Amino acid sequence: MNRATIDLWVGIFVTIGIGAVVFLALKVGNLATLETKPSYHLDANFDNIGGLKQRAPVKAAGVIVGRVESIKLDPKTYEAVVGLRIDTGYQFSKDTIASILTSGLLGEVYIGLEIGGDPQMLADGGRIAKTQSAVVLEKLISQFLFDKASSGPAK
Amino acid sequence: MSHSNSLSRGMRRIGAGTIRAISRTGFMFRFFLAVLLKTPSALHRLQLTAREIYFAGVLSLVVIMVSGLFVGMVLGLQGYDSLNKYGAGDSLGIFVGLSLVRELGPVVAGLLFASRAGSAVTAEIGLMKTTEQLSAMEMMAVDPLARIVAPRFWGGVISMPLLAALFSVMGVFGAYLVGVRLIGVDNGTFWGNMQAGIDFWPDITNGIIKSVVFGIAVSLIAVFEGYDADPTAEGVSAATTRTVVGGSLAILALDFVLTVFMFRGLGNV
Repeated sequence: MNRATIDLWVGIFVTIGIGAVVFLALKVGNLATLETKPSYHLDANFDNIGGLKQRAPVKAAGVIVGRVESIKLDPKTYEAVVGLRIDTGYQFSKDTIASILTSGLLGEVYIGLEIGGDPQMLADGGRIAKTQSAVVLEKLISQFLFDKASSGPAK
Repeated sequence: MSHSNSLSRGMRRIGAGTIRAISRTGFMFRFFLAVLLKTPSALHRLQLTAREIYFAGVLSLVVIMVSGLFVGMVLGLQGYDSLNKYGAGDSLGIFVGLSLVRELGPVVAGLLFASRAGSAVTAEIGLMKTTEQLSAMEMMAVDPLARIVAPRFWGGVISMPLLAALFSVMGVFGAYLVGVRLIGVDNGTFWGNMQAGIDFWPDITNGIIKSVVFGIAVSLIAVFEGYDADPTAEGVSAATTRTVVGGSLAILALDFVLTVFMFRGLGNV
């Protein structure tokens, strides 16, 4: 096996190896959708975020327009402060309602934005004033049982 | 009397085994440092390292890619069957992608690499030692660590991550063939769920870190066992076996340790 042939094959091998890493990063992972788009920041306060996690999608009319960037607890009001990173291409009115929703019974938790009618738009660093907390299933069930019990003995 | 004799013989055997294991570990570590010290000369004569990348990497391509394809196709079938019981057949993409990128790619590619390339390196160096080629080199003032061992070590370390990445890609492709083409999972759902669920950092980078660590471990074991082999036909065959067994066990043990650390890092996300 002469030198040129070995060099050629090693070159091919290294190229497709690096190509495989790039494929993993772009096609299998989400590096492409994450870094390239310019984006801006919004805050939203919630009483209860349920199972919301960092990097959960933010959707408007079912379309992903951004991701959850940070989740913190406000030490004074004891509300959850959720930081959202929204693609610059999308603008939302000041009276937009953010609610924490679940896709399906066991699906992922995401933030849904319902657009209002205010002509003024939220700017970078703005705060979404109207929010709706996550529906906690255990609370719903206990409420239901409590109502049942208080409405009299079962027949 | 004979009872206590056999007892002390047993104890002596345990003691001798322990001392041998410790001294071999120490020798291996010093050998590792010596190989690292000879790295500049391996990089200086790149042609030698390129030749080893050819033998360790290029010639492993076929076995790695075919295995990856079949592992991916089996994952597609089994994964879809299990997930569909919970009505989650659409999650096939993320299931397959995560298993391959995080675990199966580095581990199975590492196991194949240990048996395909590691064994060959051990047998080659062991036979060089048996036929006193290594001693002859030393006589001619050629350092066998720099001329023989370091290029083989670095050839393996460079090849391994590339092979693991190729294995993962072929696996994803195999799962795509079975899941989308054969079973009929929606094409967009398959790729979309996969991209939504797999992050470059930390999922893919963790897989790459694992494959680099496995490459170092397997290559070190392979060159060490060859260099340390008894200079007989039996010694070389035993060393080759130790490379495959020890290399495979090292990969599985290291995989557990690395996974524990990586998941602790993910814990509070």
